[in-house]
Amino acid sequence: MNEYALGQGLWEMGFAAAVPFTLVALSAMAVLLADLWLLPSQKRALPWAALAGVLLSAASVAFLWNEEATGFGGAIRLDRFSAFFAMVFLLGTGLVVLLSSAYARREGVERGEYYALLLFGTSGAMLMASAVELVTFFLGLEILSVSLYVLSGFFRQRPASAEAAAKYFILGAFASAFLLYGIALFYGASGSTTYAALRESFGSAAFPYSHGLLALAASGLLLIGLAFKLGAVPFHMWVPDTYEGAPTTITAYMSVVSKAAAAAAFIRVFGASLSSLQQDTSAVLWVLAVVTMTLGNVVAIAQTNIKRMLAYSSIAHAGYLLVALTAAGEAGYSSVLFYVLAYVFMTLGAFGVVSLVRKGEGGADAGAEALDISHYSGLAGRHGLLAAAMAVFMVSLSGIPPTAGFFAKFYVFSAAVRAGEVGLAIIGVLNSLVSVYFYMRIVFLMYMKEETVPVRGSRSRAGWVALAACVLGTLLLGVLPSSFARLATESIASIF
Amino acid sequence: MFLDYLYAAGFAIAGFIFLLLALWVGALVQPKDPSGRKLTTYECGEIPVGQPWSQFNIRFYVFALSFVIFDIETIFLVPWAVVFKDVGVVGYVEMAVFVSVLLLGLAYAWRKGALKWAL
Repeated sequence: MNEYALGQGLWEMGFAAAVPFTLVALSAMAVLLADLWLLPSQKRALPWAALAGVLLSAASVAFLWNEEATGFGGAIRLDRFSAFFAMVFLLGTGLVVLLSSAYARREGVERGEYYALLLFGTSGAMLMASAVELVTFFLGLEILSVSLYVLSGFFRQRPASAEAAAKYFILGAFASAFLLYGIALFYGASGSTTYAALRESFGSAAFPYSHGLLALAASGLLLIGLAFKLGAVPFHMWVPDTYEGAPTTITAYMSVVSKAAAAAAFIRVFGASLSSLQQDTSAVLWVLAVVTMTLGNVVAIAQTNIKRMLAYSSIAHAGYLLVALTAAGEAGYSSVLFYVLAYVFMTLGAFGVVSLVRKGEGGADAGAEALDISHYSGLAGRHGLLAAAMAVFMVSLSGIPPTAGFFAKFYVFSAAVRAGEVGLAIIGVLNSLVSVYFYMRIVFLMYMKEETVPVRGSRSRAGWVALAACVLGTLLLGVLPSSFARLATESIASIF
Repeated sequence: MFLDYLYAAGFAIAGFIFLLLALWVGALVQPKDPSGRKLTTYECGEIPVGQPWSQFNIRFYVFALSFVIFDIETIFLVPWAVVFKDVGVVGYVEMAVFVSVLLLGLAYAWRKGALKWAL
């Protein structure tokens, strides 16, 4: 067999579909192995090795951008949709690695496992977005979840971090069990676990009634598992504690990548394969969306810890995502894609600022993370650029133009209106109004108040580059949204 | 279709009833004399030493974990070896990938000192 024929054979077997996440997993292993033989003084190279892996994988995604391939017996699929989400995950991971390079060193967790687990988690998320088979999807979800369980407890000496990991692990295991039960029921009802078979067995109007009940029960169980990952009410109990206790950079990673992966899997399963159950799922999603938005925004007002506030804000944003998922259709789902992209920039940026700010000299705990909202009083006087960046992210998160958050919400709510969910859109807009209060409180504190506790911003160049990228992305999506919206629409069109 | 489920449910219920019945009949006829040696822990006829509520070395856990991993590897290797001729080069490469990932894990555990008993 000559080389060309071998390459052709591998291409026909669909190995191309596995290239992006395989590269990420391989670089994770390389980082893990390299760490074993590196001297402590050489550990600074670890984030750069991880970043190289991310860039390599992103290059492969770009190279395969216009290709379509189905591999491993119809288990994974490479198309524009999985390429879009792969890029989102890689973008998020790259930014988190940049933010971590200073943060991890200062907190004493700069170890190979940290970056290796980040990359493993990303490969799991990418597998979730490209899976077209329920068991493969579950595999991706578990790779992502197990990495996150360990990462959220990475501050082994701190009780809060251990608590975060334990809560996340126990509740996550429950959610996985629900999901697996749902998959088993789907298998029972249709005799196969591929999405194509699901579409075939439940798409026809004549499928037997008992199977219909089975499909509804299975969808319900699957929905619980995904809603847990998304952090939707009433499956949100882990979010505040885990986000607060986990290392700040990991919190950022969790809120972005984990959520986006859940949304991707949701669209592939419910949007593309089970659209015949649309009416039933929408009714459930409507309720979930309303309670998630409302609880997230209302409880965020009362928070005094900034990580906890951002945790409740991320619950609220899961609610907006659910609005788009309720609206369904190509408009609804492409607004999810745009939202996820915007969310990467603004949320990573906000957590990035939190990870770069710490208490300055003078106090008993100088050098500790400045996590109280009151610590942000007067930040603009001392660190003008950091405060300005934070202000941009807060404006974007509350959905005020000309930022990414505005257009993200605009697309979501207009998709809802177009789908006839006017009431839901109104509730969503009212919720955004509520959220303006707690986001703008941060801006108010930074610019209008006197400094209470001296805080010090990090001078990490990598961290600043990441923040600059987040500011740029937030503004770019807010000023020129149409080309990104077109990208989202094209990606969605590839799976319908 | 529905009848099949009923059949399975009937089977489960009958099994459960049989279990309860057997336990109940056993309780009716067995002699009861809970005393002396009969109340001690059963350890294959040996006389138990010490308390069961003792601390175990955490290293047992690490060893058990690495054992399980290689146990699973064997479980995958055996059926693969049986169909080796049919799966061809691709099957060979895939198993090589699987084994090398596990080897990597072994190298990691080794280097981290997880295989040493003394700390």
